[in-house]
Amino acid sequence: MLELLSHTFMQRALIEAVLIGAVCAVVGVYVVLNGLSFIGAGISHSTFAGVAIGLLLGIDPLLTALLFSTGVALSIGWVSEKTDLKHDTSVGIFFAATMALGVLLIGFLKDFYVDVFSYLFGNILALTAADLWISLAMTVLITATILLLFKEFLALSFDAEVASVMGLPVRFLHYLLLVLMALTVVLSVKSVGVVLVSALIVTPAAAAYQLTVNFRRMMVLSVLIGVGSTVSGLLLSYWIDFPSGAGIVLIATCLFFLSWLVSPRRRHARMHATDF
Amino acid sequence: MNHEHHTTLRPAGAPNDTAPQPYDIEFRAVSVRYDRLPALENVTFGIPRGSFWGIIGPNGSGKSTLVKTALGLLKPYEGTVLTLGHQPADLGPLRARIGYVPQYAELDFSFPLQVLDVVAMGMYGEIGLFGRVRKQHRARALEALERVQMQDFAYRQISALSGGQRQRVLIARALVVNPTLLILDEPTAALDHSSSEGLYEWINSLHGDSGMTIILVTHDIGVVSEYVDSIACLNRTLVAHGRPEDVLTTPTLENMYGCGAVLFGHGEVPHMVVHHEK
Repeated sequence: MLELLSHTFMQRALIEAVLIGAVCAVVGVYVVLNGLSFIGAGISHSTFAGVAIGLLLGIDPLLTALLFSTGVALSIGWVSEKTDLKHDTSVGIFFAATMALGVLLIGFLKDFYVDVFSYLFGNILALTAADLWISLAMTVLITATILLLFKEFLALSFDAEVASVMGLPVRFLHYLLLVLMALTVVLSVKSVGVVLVSALIVTPAAAAYQLTVNFRRMMVLSVLIGVGSTVSGLLLSYWIDFPSGAGIVLIATCLFFLSWLVSPRRRHARMHATDF
Repeated sequence: MNHEHHTTLRPAGAPNDTAPQPYDIEFRAVSVRYDRLPALENVTFGIPRGSFWGIIGPNGSGKSTLVKTALGLLKPYEGTVLTLGHQPADLGPLRARIGYVPQYAELDFSFPLQVLDVVAMGMYGEIGLFGRVRKQHRARALEALERVQMQDFAYRQISALSGGQRQRVLIARALVVNPTLLILDEPTAALDHSSSEGLYEWINSLHGDSGMTIILVTHDIGVVSEYVDSIACLNRTLVAHGRPEDVLTTPTLENMYGCGAVLFGHGEVPHMVVHHEK
């Protein structure tokens, strides 16, 4: 164990695992409670095109991914709001279109070696110190926003209509949540990849939802499950040479099924009490 | 700005010396559309401050649309809406005077929340952005729960409540800010007949005690007409409005137990169509 910590790449990977495990789990709670899981998948796949644009232009691919995915997140929200398409239809369109764009752009990079596989499935063992600082800054930004607007996001999730009647900026909060999802996705993409990152957002929160009927407890459990998955996935990948992203997601999935099995919510008997 | 307080109780609808009774909700030739589909057409009426109104009509008659337009959740396609004397978008701090109880079936009660959390949500607008729910807010939430006789359920999960209890929690959430205008959309949808009657009676006593303006949306016209001062009958447009005894005199109506049902069944009841005055 100590020998493991003596490698710089391993120290970085562990810190990163804790950061993304926590931030994905926090954002994930609102994603799950707002029914935005599929939008999360759409945003994460759009990151691939964002990365390709950066590689083509010779700019840091994470920067272009950040701009591109934020744009896609806002577009999905806008298309759903302005047309009579449902969320899942507009996501279905953006999902495939941005993947196609990414593949097309990567095709232009013929004489250039690109490790496409690592962007698709992530590599938490190949982080630079700069990557880590960026992760830390984004984690602080995202978590602080959510903690500051904790009750506003809660009202948006439970009853957006009454929140709007009370004068809360419901539309702004909805778009802000989409932007936070895009930031979270891009932050995690280097470690778990565009294909797997949405699972890291949705699965720990979904597992926590099974375990409790208390909102704050759900937040805490989601973080514990998220960080537990990323750290144990990382250790697995170190010991048995397993792709880290896949390991993390599969562990989170196992934790989800375990939570479902022991779920008090599932066995919850509805009370019958006297009505008016 | 209307800042009059309701410290004195006025019998609702009673003639008011000289000044005309101010309207808490006023519609002037209002039409509302979903995309191009008309949901409400040319509706004109006013709900006087302190009165108890029932809004009735069959499913899809635009009852909820009317309420949501008054609350600013929907924008009129034509016409003017004034809520507490203001366009709904410009209500500002007056929003704290409005209590809204939406149809509870539209909410997800498997949501991980306790009863007290839900009631405290009624104060989120008042607490303001970034503010936190504090001890005094929890105390007020408990008081609101006492008003609906649900104080013993404060720390229960909302998923464990019955339909009637959920309804009462949502009413407590609306009452927690001490509104002067209370709007309830189909509050008896989940209740059986005797429970519904109990709820109507309770709302009626709430109206008597507080002098609040209360607007009750329902398709349960028979019971409601016993309590409310006035009824508005909707079927895409305002078919009739006025005192229940005036609106409901038509023998057809009495027989059919509700003007909404009448209109739904027999598209034309000519003598029922009241002109849109003003």
